[in-house]
Amino acid sequence: MEMINLTIDKKPVVVKEGTTILEAAAEIGIKVPTLCHMKLHDMGIENKPGGCRVCVVEVEGRRNLAPSCVTKVEEGMVISTSSIRALNARRTVTELILSDHPADCLTCAKSGECELQDLAQELGIREIHYKGEQSQYREDTSPAIIRDVNKCVMCRRCEMMCNEVQTVGVLSAVNRGFDAVVAPAFEMNLDHSVCTYCGQCVAVCPTAALTEVDHTGAVIRALSDPSKTVIVQTAPAVRAALGEEFNMEAGNLVTGKMVSALRQLGFDYIFDTDFAADLTIMEEGTELLNRLSKHLNGDKDVKLPILTSCCPAWVKFFEHQFPDMKEIPSTARSPQQMFGAIAKNYFTEKINVKREDLVVVSIMPCVAKKYESARDEFAHEGNPDVDYAITTRELASLIKLANIEFKSLPEEDFDQPLGESTGAGVIFGATGGVIEAAVRTAYEVYTGKGLEKVDFEELRGMEGIREATIDFDGLDLRIGIAHGLGNARKLLEDIRSGKSNFHAIEIMSCPGGCIGGGGQPYHHGDASVIRKRMEAIYREDANKTIRKSHENPYILKLYEEFLGEPMSEKAHHLLHTAYFDRSNKIES
Amino acid sequence: MADYKMHIMVCGGSGCRASESDKLTQNLDTALQKNGLEEDVQVVTTGCFGFCEKGPVVKILPDNTFYTQVTPEDAEKIVEEHIIKGRQIKHLLYEDPNAKELIPDSKHMDFYKKQVRLALRNCGFINPENIDEYIARDGYAAIGKCLSEMTPEAVIEEIKESGLRGRGGGGFPTGLKWDITRKSEADQKYVVCNADEGDPGAFMDRSILEGDPHTIIEAMAICGYCIGADKGLVYIRAEYPLAIERLKIALDQAREYGLLGEDILGTGFNFDIELKYGAGAFVCGEETALIHSMEGLRGEPTFKPPFPSVSGYNEKPTNVNNVETFANIPVIINKGAGFFSQIGTGSSKGTKVFALAGKINNVGLIEVPMGTTLREVIFDIGGGIKDGKKFKAVQTGGPSGGCLTEAHLDTPIDFDNLIKVGSMMGSGGMIVMDEDDCMVAVAKFYLEFTLDESCGKCSPCRVGNKRLYEILDKITQGKGTKEDLDKLRLLGNVVKDTSLCGLGQTSPNPILSTLDNFYDEYLAHVEDSKCVAGQCKALMQYKIIPDACSGCTLCFRNCPVGAISGERKSPHFIDQSICIKCGVCYEKCKFDAIEIV
Repeated sequence: MEMINLTIDKKPVVVKEGTTILEAAAEIGIKVPTLCHMKLHDMGIENKPGGCRVCVVEVEGRRNLAPSCVTKVEEGMVISTSSIRALNARRTVTELILSDHPADCLTCAKSGECELQDLAQELGIREIHYKGEQSQYREDTSPAIIRDVNKCVMCRRCEMMCNEVQTVGVLSAVNRGFDAVVAPAFEMNLDHSVCTYCGQCVAVCPTAALTEVDHTGAVIRALSDPSKTVIVQTAPAVRAALGEEFNMEAGNLVTGKMVSALRQLGFDYIFDTDFAADLTIMEEGTELLNRLSKHLNGDKDVKLPILTSCCPAWVKFFEHQFPDMKEIPSTARSPQQMFGAIAKNYFTEKINVKREDLVVVSIMPCVAKKYESARDEFAHEGNPDVDYAITTRELASLIKLANIEFKSLPEEDFDQPLGESTGAGVIFGATGGVIEAAVRTAYEVYTGKGLEKVDFEELRGMEGIREATIDFDGLDLRIGIAHGLGNARKLLEDIRSGKSNFHAIEIMSCPGGCIGGGGQPYHHGDASVIRKRMEAIYREDANKTIRKSHENPYILKLYEEFLGEPMSEKAHHLLHTAYFDRSNKIES
Repeated sequence: MADYKMHIMVCGGSGCRASESDKLTQNLDTALQKNGLEEDVQVVTTGCFGFCEKGPVVKILPDNTFYTQVTPEDAEKIVEEHIIKGRQIKHLLYEDPNAKELIPDSKHMDFYKKQVRLALRNCGFINPENIDEYIARDGYAAIGKCLSEMTPEAVIEEIKESGLRGRGGGGFPTGLKWDITRKSEADQKYVVCNADEGDPGAFMDRSILEGDPHTIIEAMAICGYCIGADKGLVYIRAEYPLAIERLKIALDQAREYGLLGEDILGTGFNFDIELKYGAGAFVCGEETALIHSMEGLRGEPTFKPPFPSVSGYNEKPTNVNNVETFANIPVIINKGAGFFSQIGTGSSKGTKVFALAGKINNVGLIEVPMGTTLREVIFDIGGGIKDGKKFKAVQTGGPSGGCLTEAHLDTPIDFDNLIKVGSMMGSGGMIVMDEDDCMVAVAKFYLEFTLDESCGKCSPCRVGNKRLYEILDKITQGKGTKEDLDKLRLLGNVVKDTSLCGLGQTSPNPILSTLDNFYDEYLAHVEDSKCVAGQCKALMQYKIIPDACSGCTLCFRNCPVGAISGERKSPHFIDQSICIKCGVCYEKCKFDAIEIV
C-alpha cells in the first residue's frame, strides 16, 4: 500500500493511503474533536456520516473546511487543525448544536457521561451566540428505552447500530431541515415498532436522547418497605464492567465488592444469576441432547439446529422477523427468568415468605431485560417473577447515591442457596460462553466420559459469526455462534433456506455478547473496553473450582428437593416458555 | 409534414396548457374540419415557445405569424380569417411595448432576436409526441453517427473539445466527467439524467422534457455508449406530469424504432432507460442525494469522494448529467465541437437557458450565448421592468445564488464571471426585482426556501440556516440591531464553510450578497426602523394627511378592524394600535390622502 506524506499542524506525517485526516492526526498525537464519528475498532462498526461538522479542519488550497473524519489524506496536503478559521467554525457549529439542545445538564441522566457536554467544555463554550427556537418533540417511553428526542443531535449512531449492525431498522432519520430527527417510522412510539430493546442505540447515543427506563426509584422504595423481602441477582457480565463506573480500569473483576455493595444497600439476600445460568445449561443441554438423539435416530419431526434463548432482544427479534422458525430455539427461559421462577416458587418456600412479599431485583448488563421481565408469561396472577431489572449503570448510581466508597469495599461472598455458581455460568457473559458451557455439560452427559480440558478456545473470540466442530466421541457436533442481530439474521436465513448444517447455534444480540450490552457502562467508542471485559470473564471462569454446570452442588440439590430432573413436568412449567408470532403485531 | 400546406403550431407547455391551449387545439381542429381543411392544414401541439408572458402562443407556418394570448374562442377566427382569407388577426399580434408597433413575425421580436436556441432548438417546432418530427430535424442522427463512425473515446474527445460544462449548476466539464466514468472499471454502469429541477421559478428542464424529450433519450444513449453503460435512469419530479407523460411516449416510440433496447441500429449496442420519480425534495438535485433517493433511501447527500463517476447508483460508476447538458450533446455531435465552442466566452462555451421571472415584462424561457450581458437579457430580451418601475436587483442561480445590482448589469454572463461578482450560474433561474422589493425580505424569502429544503443531515445547514432565518425575521420585524448584521455575516460564512453539500454551502449567498450590495437597506431597518421598499409591514404605518382628507368616510367604512375614526366631512384618523396594515384604506382612498411612512 502506498504511503502518503502530509503536514498536520506543521508536523510532517507519513500514513497509509486511505487514512482519514482524523486518523492521521491521531497518529501524531493530535486529537481533533468529534461528535458524530464513532469507530469500534476490530468490530467493523463505524459511524461516519460526516454530519456534525465539528471535526472540520483547514486544508491549504481547499475552498471550504474539510470534515476530518471522512476526508482522506492526499500527498502533500498541508492541514491546520487549529487555525483561527477552523477553530471559529468548530465553535460556531457546536454553539449551533447547543442552541437546539435543552440546557438541563444539572438534572440530565447523561450528565458527566455526555459527549456533547464534554465537547462544549473542551471548546470552552460559555455563551451561545445564536439562540432561537428549540425543537419540541414528545417523549417516548417504552418498557425499556426512553427517547427524549429534544436531545437528539442527529449524529446517526443509533440509526447505524439499528440498521447496519442489528438490521432491525426501527430508527432512521425522519423529517427535513430543522425538524429532522431520528425516530421510528411516522414518529410512532418504540413500543409500536419491531424494536428488540437490544439497547445498542442507548449504548452509542452521545447525549441523553436515548436512555434506559430508570427503575432505581422503585428499587429504593422496595428496599425501604419493611414488609418486603428484597433479593437480588447479578448477571455475569456486570462484575466485569461495574468497576468502570468508579474510575477503575476496564477488565477489573469486582464480584466481591459488588456483593458487598449490594449488602450495604440493604438487599436481604445477594444471589447470582450465574446460578440460574447453570440451571439453564441443565435444561437447555438436556433439550439439546434430546433433540440430537431423536434426530440421529431419524425422527423427521425434530428440528435442528437448536438455538439458544437467553437473550431477550434476540427472542423478540425472531418473534418479529422469523416467526416461521419460532419452534427452533430452545424453550428454556433465560437465566434471569429461571432465577425469578425459582426464587418465587422454591426460595419463598425455603424462607417461608409469601410470593407477593418477595421482591426480586436483577442487575443486568442489558436494557431488554426490563422488557423481558415485564412479559405477561413471566408473571403469576399479575405478580412478576422478576420485579425490577436494573442495568449495571443504574446499580452504579444506586451505590453512588448511598454514599458507598466502592473502591475500598471488602470482597464478600454471595448468599446460598441461589448464589453458588460454576465457571460455566460465568462465561454466559461473553459471546460463545453459553454454547461453551452447554458443551462442557452435554459432552460429559452424552459420552459418559469426563472432559480432560474444559476450555474450548475454538468457541471464543470477537468475529461476528464463528463456527466450530467439537468431537463428541465420534459424533462431530457442529456449532455456530453469532453476536449482533445482523449476524444472527445471516445464520437464520441460512437455516430458512436449508443451507445451514449446524446442530446448535448460540446467538447474542449485542456485539461481544452481554459484556457489550446496552446497560453496561458507556464505552464511548472504545472497543478495547469490551475486549478487556471479555478477558475478565474468562479469568473468573478459570479461577473457579467448579467449572461445569452439572457439578454445581446447589443445582443438584435443587433438582433433588424440588424439580426432580431436567425437563421434568415441574421444570417444564417453571423453566420453559413458548414464543409468539409477532410478525403482524404492534406491541403495546 | 410535407403533405400539409400550412401548420398551426400551438404551444403545449405546462404554462400555456394552464391557459387552455389544449382546448384551443381542439377548437382549431373542429374549425378546420368544419371548413374541410383537415387535409391541408395541420394543428401541431408543440413544446414551450418560451414567451410565456403572453401565452397561449400560436405560430402559423409557413408565414411565421406569431399570435399571443390566444383563447379557445379565437380558433374559429384564426381558421376563417388567417387560414382561409390570409388576413392576419391584428388583436392577436404582439405589440412592441416601446415602438407601439404590431410585430407579426416572431423573428423581429426583441424577445427572440438575441436568442440562440441550441438546447431549445426543437421546442416550439415539433410535436414532442411524434418521433418522426424529431427525426425530421436531425433527430437520432447523432447516435447513428456515434455508433457507426466514432469510437467512444472519439465521442468523449469531441465533447471535451466543445468545452461543454454541466448546466445543472456545478459547471463541471462534461467530457471529463464522461471520461472518468468510462475509465472506472465495473461490471455495470449507469447513465443518470437529473431532472429534479427545483429552483423557485425555474422551468428550463421541464420545458425541454415537455418540448423535446427525444433529445434527452438520444443524448443518454450516446453517453451510455461512451462510458460503457447499458442502463439509463431519469430522476424526474413527480410534479412534472406532462413531462413524464411525454417522456414515456417518447421512450415507447424509441423502443419501437429500435433506438432503445437491444442491438441499437444493428450495432450490438444495448441501452434502455427507466424513470425514477422524485417527491419534490430540492436537495435531491444534489447528485449523491439523488442517487440515494433512487436507491430507495432517504434523499440526503453523502460526502464526496467517492464521486458518482466512481461509485454511484448501487455503488456502480454512474454518470449524472442535467437535462440541459444532455440537450446540447446531439448538437455537438451533429455540428461538431468547433461549431459549439465558437459560441460563448473563453471558459464557458455554448448557450445557457434561463427562466426569466419576477418584475420583468417578458416572463419566460430564453436561451442566449454565454457572454450575453445581464442588461441585454433583462432589458432587450426581457423587455425591461414591469410598469416602468426602476430596476433594483437580479437574482441568478436560484436560492443559492446572489443578488446583483445595477453595477453588475454589464457583466457578461458565464460561470466564472457570475462567481466573481458574488453570485453563480446555478441551473438558470433569473429573478428580477424592482424598487418595490425589500432586499432583506428577499434574502429572507430565499432562506425560508432553503431552510425548508435542507435535509437536516449536517448541523450548520440544519440549525445554522434556522438561526440565520430567525435573525432576518427579527430585522424585518423592526427588532434587529446592528450586531445582528455582523452575526448574519459571521454565521453565514461559517455555514458556507462547513456545510456538507452544495445546498448549505450556498444557502447564505442571498444574505451575504444583499449585505454586500444593499447594506444601507439593512442599516435602515435596524437603525431607523425603516423599510425603504415599504415591504416590511412591521416597519410601516398608514397615516391620513389631514389636509388632503375630504372626510368621505370610505376608508372608515372599509377598514376591517375599525382602526379609523372621524366625523363626516372632517379629516379622519388611523389608530396605529389597532391598524393591521392591510392597506385597504390606502387602496380605497380617492383623494391620495393616505400615505405610507
